[in-house]
Amino acid sequence: MAKTRYAPDRGLTTRMTLTMFLLGLVFVAFVIALIYLLGAFGVGSGAIAFFAIALGLALTVGSFFYSDKIALSAARAVEVGPQDGPMAAKVHGIVDRLCALADMPKPRVAIARSPMPNAFATGRNAKKAVLCVTTSLMDGRLDDRELEGVIAHEMSHVAHKDVAVMTIASFLGIVAGLLVRFAFYGELFGGGGGGRGGNNNNNGGGAIVLLVMLAVGIVVYAVSFLLIRLLSRYRELAADRAGALLTGQPSALASALTKVSGDIARIPQKDLRKAEPLNAFYFAPALSGKAGASLATLFSTHPSLDRRLRQLSEISEQLAK
Amino acid sequence: MGFLDTLLGRTKPVPPKLDDLFAVPTAAITLQAAMGLVPTGAGSVCFRAAEGRAFSDIEKDVRELLSMGSEAPQVEVTNDSYGFTWLVCRHSADDVAALVTDLHAVNSSLVDGGFGPQLLCTLVSFTGESGRRLGIVYLYKRGTFYPFAPLGGERRDNALELQVRGAVGADLKIEADLSRWFPVWGAPGL
Repeated sequence: MAKTRYAPDRGLTTRMTLTMFLLGLVFVAFVIALIYLLGAFGVGSGAIAFFAIALGLALTVGSFFYSDKIALSAARAVEVGPQDGPMAAKVHGIVDRLCALADMPKPRVAIARSPMPNAFATGRNAKKAVLCVTTSLMDGRLDDRELEGVIAHEMSHVAHKDVAVMTIASFLGIVAGLLVRFAFYGELFGGGGGGRGGNNNNNGGGAIVLLVMLAVGIVVYAVSFLLIRLLSRYRELAADRAGALLTGQPSALASALTKVSGDIARIPQKDLRKAEPLNAFYFAPALSGKAGASLATLFSTHPSLDRRLRQLSEISEQLAK
Repeated sequence: MGFLDTLLGRTKPVPPKLDDLFAVPTAAITLQAAMGLVPTGAGSVCFRAAEGRAFSDIEKDVRELLSMGSEAPQVEVTNDSYGFTWLVCRHSADDVAALVTDLHAVNSSLVDGGFGPQLLCTLVSFTGESGRRLGIVYLYKRGTFYPFAPLGGERRDNALELQVRGAVGADLKIEADLSRWFPVWGAPGL
């Protein structure tokens, strides 16, 4: 058995497992609380929970199956073949080699016209995956190795099925968010208002249920939001790691990160707002903000530049030994 | 990738499969007999250099290893525009077996040094009448071969490639998934 230089990062694995375990725990607690509430107060307000779950499920399934189309059209990206110009040929060439190196099926390639140097990958599985780069990523500010590092990072997202994992993980948060909204409006129009007929005999009980539901929804939403952000940051670190090991060039990825993050922080506000919905899948978040505040760190989808650079330099040391 | 690896965002580097390379000499005979394609005696190993001292030491060792011995092949090293390193060996045209042995020595050195996952492909080149060129490309990660026949200006002769697939299908494990027959434009030694 030949020796390997690719030691797994046990710390990252442990933290990710713990995060997912907590997410699962919140999910179970949420379901139990719902069942208990509905059982205690009758099914009068069950319709709200039912609609929240049904709509949440529909939204999740929708984004699961159409993630590639949604993301591509939001980024105004166009799918390209290897013959569509020198830019497309270059990306295809890099993707070809990385796929052969990683033994994975080739994703489709798209290019988005954008003044921000960035890249993202989407699609629920490796066969449906699309890898998108922006035109300004290719305009020469990154050299070939750095570009390859960025693409290897995105291909690791594909290999890890991050779109599927994050979509499923977000399901709970979506349902809780919808429940809060529905319960809030239910409280506003149903529980408090006297316009309804008098035959609704547990009107008072219904109002309490709605309030409790609102409270449960808010707590679950807040906790799962934080956990999902945490999970997202771990997935980014995992993709950095896998990408760096695939190319064998952690430092190239590190220098690409420095260039891209530095550039993005200087882009004017208008473009940033446009880019916001896609942030979760981008290589570097467009809204980098001031990383000083710990609250911003807690809420961000990507780990801080420092954290990412630190991990990459550890990998570099490991490879050189 | 297993379910757990997906869940935890892990990828295991794919180790290369090496031994299938030794089927090339047989295929070379078939190619010559069936299609008039003769080996040029040149072959190359393509790998992704990793950064750091460890890899550059191994690379140096490999070069020294190949330039030793009485029938030392001509060895040259080139870097392509994608950042991959090509180690090209040239033997006399009729000694494909020696060529394959040398290419295999490169593989073993990288694998022994722990850099097996860095291997991309090996290419053995052939030539035919009227300037036809053909590379038999071996993909380490899949353990399969595919033909690559470049024409001028980044076009490939798909007809010739498919014909070759038919001819050597019995000798070599040909990559079944056509989308993985990725081109290696301007590959050294081709």
